[in-house]
Amino acid sequence: MTASDEHALEMDFAVARHDFAAAGEVASRVKQVLRQLGITSDLVRRATVATYEAEMNLVIHSSGGKIVLRVDSERIVVEACDIGPGIPDIELAMREGYSTASDEVREMGFGAGMGLPNMRRCSDSFTIDSSAGRGTTVTAIIYIAKPGS
Amino acid sequence: MKLEEIARLIRAEVLAGTDKLYTLDIDTACGADLMSDVLAFCHERTLLLTGLTSPQVVRSAEVAGLSGIVFVRGKKPGDDVVELANALGIPLLATDYPMFEACGMLYGVGIGGTYRLSRADGTGC
Repeated sequence: MTASDEHALEMDFAVARHDFAAAGEVASRVKQVLRQLGITSDLVRRATVATYEAEMNLVIHSSGGKIVLRVDSERIVVEACDIGPGIPDIELAMREGYSTASDEVREMGFGAGMGLPNMRRCSDSFTIDSSAGRGTTVTAIIYIAKPGS
Repeated sequence: MKLEEIARLIRAEVLAGTDKLYTLDIDTACGADLMSDVLAFCHERTLLLTGLTSPQVVRSAEVAGLSGIVFVRGKKPGDDVVELANALGIPLLATDYPMFEACGMLYGVGIGGTYRLSRADGTGC
């Protein structure tokens, strides 16, 4: 985020482990905020889908965490941080179809191993920082204005 | 095609969104029980047919910008799901027809699938 950007925005949203009733509220809020900022609908959709998948991942797999939304004139950043348990094999977790989710999660239409790949699909830049035994940070960046343009 | 015509065609009960019956135009639909597929491949303003009735179906529809949801095979969601749909302005229909037949009936009257849109722009997301 550029320090000189007067319209930069940063918001934090807590996400609780296994709170399936609230799952999706952060994504709805992010959608609302981005619309109010006048972001184009395609970018709003991509950022909201990435947020929702991140939110479901936190609810399903993490011990709890938060989603941080940062927006400035150049980009939308969705960052999901949790306090564990970490991803032992990131390459495996990124493979479409691989999942460790429970049957309960699958009955809700998730847990098919599409969450992280969907986040990457919606992002211009996508990174995962994690290891077993500590927390995970997943960052999705969607450019409003392409770098250098 | 108006949502009301679709409801009549597949003999669906309207659970939420009666205010949109005569105003909402539908020209694209998809059938899915996997919400990550809906998020990845459905286009905005698509009508979703599904056998799932969890709140996450309504959330997914909102996140993906879908027009509405049809629950197939006689499934009906709980009151919490209907309340959420009303709060988010997402119409809900429920039909006794199974997925294949409900999709076929809509396709037969000219409602298109999302594949043609995906081919045109690369991907749904």
